[in-house]
Amino acid sequence: MIFRTVEQLVELAEKHQIPISEVMIRQEMETTERSREEIMAQMDDNLKVMEEAIEKALEGVTSVTGLTGGDAVLVQEYMKHHETLSGPILLDAVSKAMGTNEVNAAMGIICATPTAGSAGCVPGVLFSVKDKLKASREDMLRFLFTTGAFGMVVANNAFISGATGGCQAEVGSAGAMAAAALVEMAGGTPQQSSHAFAMTLKNMLGLVCDPVAGLVEVPCVKRNAGGSTLAIMSADLALAGVESRIPCDEVIGAMYKIGQTMPSALRETGEGGLADTPTGRFMREKLFGMTS
Amino acid sequence: MKFNSVFDIIGPTMVGPSSSHTAGAARIGLVTRYLLNEEPTWAKIYLYESFAKTYKGHGTDFALVGGLLGYETNDERMRLSLEEANHKGIDIQFVEENGSVDHPNTARIHAGTGQTEIEVVGQSIGGGKIEVVELNGFRLRLSGNHPALLIMHNDRHGTIASVTDILAKHKLNIGHMEVNRKDVGQEALMVIEVDGNASQTVIDEIKEAAHVLKVAKIDG
Repeated sequence: MIFRTVEQLVELAEKHQIPISEVMIRQEMETTERSREEIMAQMDDNLKVMEEAIEKALEGVTSVTGLTGGDAVLVQEYMKHHETLSGPILLDAVSKAMGTNEVNAAMGIICATPTAGSAGCVPGVLFSVKDKLKASREDMLRFLFTTGAFGMVVANNAFISGATGGCQAEVGSAGAMAAAALVEMAGGTPQQSSHAFAMTLKNMLGLVCDPVAGLVEVPCVKRNAGGSTLAIMSADLALAGVESRIPCDEVIGAMYKIGQTMPSALRETGEGGLADTPTGRFMREKLFGMTS
Repeated sequence: MKFNSVFDIIGPTMVGPSSSHTAGAARIGLVTRYLLNEEPTWAKIYLYESFAKTYKGHGTDFALVGGLLGYETNDERMRLSLEEANHKGIDIQFVEENGSVDHPNTARIHAGTGQTEIEVVGQSIGGGKIEVVELNGFRLRLSGNHPALLIMHNDRHGTIASVTDILAKHKLNIGHMEVNRKDVGQEALMVIEVDGNASQTVIDEIKEAAHVLKVAKIDG
């Protein structure tokens, strides 16, 4: 039950007539020689951390620098008092994704999914849809195993860190992982999960990692809003029968090649992009008294 | 495959803000502490590329020191590690290096006590996962995710066989192994990743084996 590509992952699921989450659970049992119960319990601990981070965010947090915090609450308030344009699920996902990253920026405890800078997308999407999809605790754990299965393929064939591949590797992967898991939770096929993954990542290709003052705050918090939005959109597209014309593994390959050609200034050094705008430079100087 | 477990992707649970720059950095500090086998009284930490440019904002400094103090990635004491090190009288120095290295998130930690010292080069390869790529001048590859044995020995025939015999006797399966030496017949380093934690008996037996100089273990 070992997969190295998304194609193999989908094949395994189809061959054994099991969901992708089950392929991941079985592979984990095989490679780590641990019981299903142990593995599920460890994932449940991670889920609890995600849950607590969201709760904390919705009480309102501010980062040490004061650059981020409070936006998750703003969105929740807006939803309570207004007829929103994009609808409750999407905005709830956005709010919880941003909230998780606000907690991260405030040096709270989060679960990296796959990284800390992109830790909002997966829980944001999960906690926004769980009631609508009547997800059990087990369904929620399965959601995380499916995200993990896709994330492993990306991590082993390309990269998942902004310093090596830009934001496309972080929030791009995180949003795409969430999209794939959402399809499974909503009753879609493994093949549809792979299309949802591909469609999210395609929309994130080329995205650079340009944190202001080198901090995981601006624009990271709002990039997680974007990642979770694309995840829900892509899941809906896949469930509607829309397919990615470029196969999922090739999209990951494209992301890898793009990341390799990205200059260092745009890979988490805090030197280029938004970090190098007048306001970005001003913030850096104000915080650290440094000029880049 | 570098990422073998679903928990390499979903996890670790950690104090923010960056899995590479905070959680990975803490793990590099932790591995250094394990290898030193005690709390250092001094540490000189060299930072390269992205680590060097952004360490203050990402808390790479307090994470590396937190690791040296034995804090896991989700330990809330992490953010106060620099104060704690200061309080304990541990001499910490950070050096921003300009040189280029194989991976943008690289730290070299030279740490020790009055009696012993160690030099570790670690890379934070994403999502909080790390690789130790150099130990006391030896090139190696150690994920820090599996229990491992590090054995300094003299480069003599039969030394590797005697060590693997001891592991076989105690039913410890080897997942990955590499051997490096400075030159023929000189000091050498054996790195063995095993599937289970080695007991003190195993360590003691290896220490007794001919030509073995020093044994350190990292529990998984």
